[in-house]
Amino acid sequence: MRGWIACLAALIAFAAPVRAEEIVLGLSSDEVAITATFDGSNILIFGAIRREAPPPDDSDLGVVVTVSGPVTPLVVRRKQRRFGLWINTDAARISAAPSFYAVATTGPFEEVLSHTEDLRHSVSIPRAIRAFGNEVPDADAFVEALIRIRVEDGHYHMMIGDVVLARDSLFSTQIALPADLVEGFYPTRIFLTRDGEVVDIYRTSIAVRKVGLERWLFNLAHDQPLVYGLLAIALAIVSGWLASVAFQLVRR
Amino acid sequence: MQLYLPIAEVSINALLILGLGGLVGVLSGMFGVGGGFLITPLLFLAGIPPAFAVATAASQIVASSFSGLLAHLKRRNVDMRMGLVLLAGGLIGSAIGVTIFNILKAAGQVDLLVKLCYVVFLGTVGGLMLSESLRALMRAKAGAPPRRRRHNWIHSLPFKMKFRVSGLYLSVIPPLAVGFLVGILAAIMGVGGGFIMVPAMIYLLGMPTKVVIGTSLFQILFVTAFTTLLHATTNFTVDIVLALLLIVGGVVGAQVGTRLGARLRAEQLRALLAVLVLVVCLQLALDLLLPPAELYSIEPL
Repeated sequence: MRGWIACLAALIAFAAPVRAEEIVLGLSSDEVAITATFDGSNILIFGAIRREAPPPDDSDLGVVVTVSGPVTPLVVRRKQRRFGLWINTDAARISAAPSFYAVATTGPFEEVLSHTEDLRHSVSIPRAIRAFGNEVPDADAFVEALIRIRVEDGHYHMMIGDVVLARDSLFSTQIALPADLVEGFYPTRIFLTRDGEVVDIYRTSIAVRKVGLERWLFNLAHDQPLVYGLLAIALAIVSGWLASVAFQLVRR
Repeated sequence: MQLYLPIAEVSINALLILGLGGLVGVLSGMFGVGGGFLITPLLFLAGIPPAFAVATAASQIVASSFSGLLAHLKRRNVDMRMGLVLLAGGLIGSAIGVTIFNILKAAGQVDLLVKLCYVVFLGTVGGLMLSESLRALMRAKAGAPPRRRRHNWIHSLPFKMKFRVSGLYLSVIPPLAVGFLVGILAAIMGVGGGFIMVPAMIYLLGMPTKVVIGTSLFQILFVTAFTTLLHATTNFTVDIVLALLLIVGGVVGAQVGTRLGARLRAEQLRALLAVLVLVVCLQLALDLLLPPAELYSIEPL
C-alpha cells in the first residue's frame, strides 16, 4: 500500500512540470462583422504561456494555431474529354470540409506536432477534411484537388513558422481572413507542444456575422424568399421606370 | 471600391460591375436587345458564381425591359394580344426551364448546359443574322427593292386569331411555341431571349419590325420577372445588391447606346450585333473545347 502511494506521488511529481504549462489567450477581436464594404480582415491571435515552475530546457516548445470556418459537405467534380467536349464525369463526396482553414506554427510542422498528435487532433489541412465512403477509385486525388484549389484562392493556409514565439512564453500570429467569408462560428484552437507532444489545448471561437443591411437582406432572402423575390422585381420595375422618366427629362 | 454581396457571399469591385452594366447598357441601347446574353458570361468572368449570375441577370433584364417597354407603349408599338399569347407559352417554358436547371445542377452538369445553350443559340442566331444583314447591305448597294413577305406553312396551322396591331391573322400555335422556347432559355441562360424572339417574330411569324421590339419587351418583362421569382424562391440565388449595380450601370449605358445607334444604319447595326454575338459564342465554345487549367471543381451541397 505504501509502495502504491509512493508510486502515485512520484507520478504526480513527474507529471506536474508537464501540466504546469498553460495557455492564456487574447484575440484582437472575437467577432468579425461583414459589412457592405467588407474586404477581408486580419485577426491577431496572441497569448502567453503561464508556468508554475521554470520551463524545462530539455525539450522544444512549439505553438500551433488553427482557425477553421464552418464545416459543410461538398462535391468535387472532375472533367474529362467526352465527344470532344470537357464534361464533368466523376465526382467524389466530401462529407465535411471547412470553408476556411488556417494552420500557423512556430516551426516545421513535423517537428512541432508529431504524426500521432496530428491524427488525434486533426490539425493539418488534409486531416481537417473528412471524405469517406467514396466509390471513386482515386478518391484521394479529389481531396488533393480540393486542397489545391482552396490554397490557391486563399481559403486554406499552411503558415509554417508564422507564429512568433518570444522568450519561450509570449506568442502571436496573424490570420488573414479572405473577402468572401462565410458566416458562422470559426472554431480556433491553440496547441502547446513539447517535442511534438500536445501539452495544452486552448479552444475559443471567432464569430463571423453579417451586420446591418447585409444581415437583413440575407435573412429576408432565406426566410421569406417570396417577399424577397417580389422586392427584387419591384426594385427592378421602379428603377426601370425612374430611368425612363429621367431620360425624358434629359431629352427635353 | 470593394463591395460585399450579401447573397452571393463574394466581395467584388463595385466599379467593375457598374462598368460591366454600363458596357452592356451601351450595346443594348445600340442594338435594342436586353443584353442578358452578354451580362451573364461577363459576370462569370468577373467571378460571380454561375447560379447567382444567371438568376441576378434575369432581375436586371426586368429593369431594362420595363424601361424600354414604357417608351414603346408611348409610341403604340406593342401588340398586347400577341404579347399575351407569347407570355402564356413563356410562363410554362420558364417553369420547365427552372426545373431542368435544378435537375442538372444536382447532376453537376449545369455549367455544361448553360454553356452549350449559349454556344448553340448564339452561334445559330449570330450566323443567320450576319448572313442576312450582309445580303441586305449588298442589296442596298445594288439598289434592289427588299423582298415582300411570303406565306409559308405557318399560315396553314389551325386555331387562327386576329392580331390587329401586327396586322396578322395567324394560328396561336407558333407564337405559343416561340414563347415557350424563349421561356425555357430565359430560365436556363439568364437571358430575356430577345436575340431569339426578335428574329423568330420577324422571320417566322412575319410581324412588322415596328411592333416586334415593343412586343418582345412586353413578353420578356413578364418572363424574366417570373424567372427571378422562381430562382429567388427555389435557389435563393438572386442578389439584390448585384442587380442594383448592374441596373444603374445599364441604365446610363443604354442612354449612350441609343444615341450611338441613331448614327448607324439598321443593316450595319445588325451586322455588328451579329459579329458581337459570334465572338461571345466562340469564346464559350473554346471554354468547352480546350483543356481546362483546372480539371476539378468544387460545388457546395
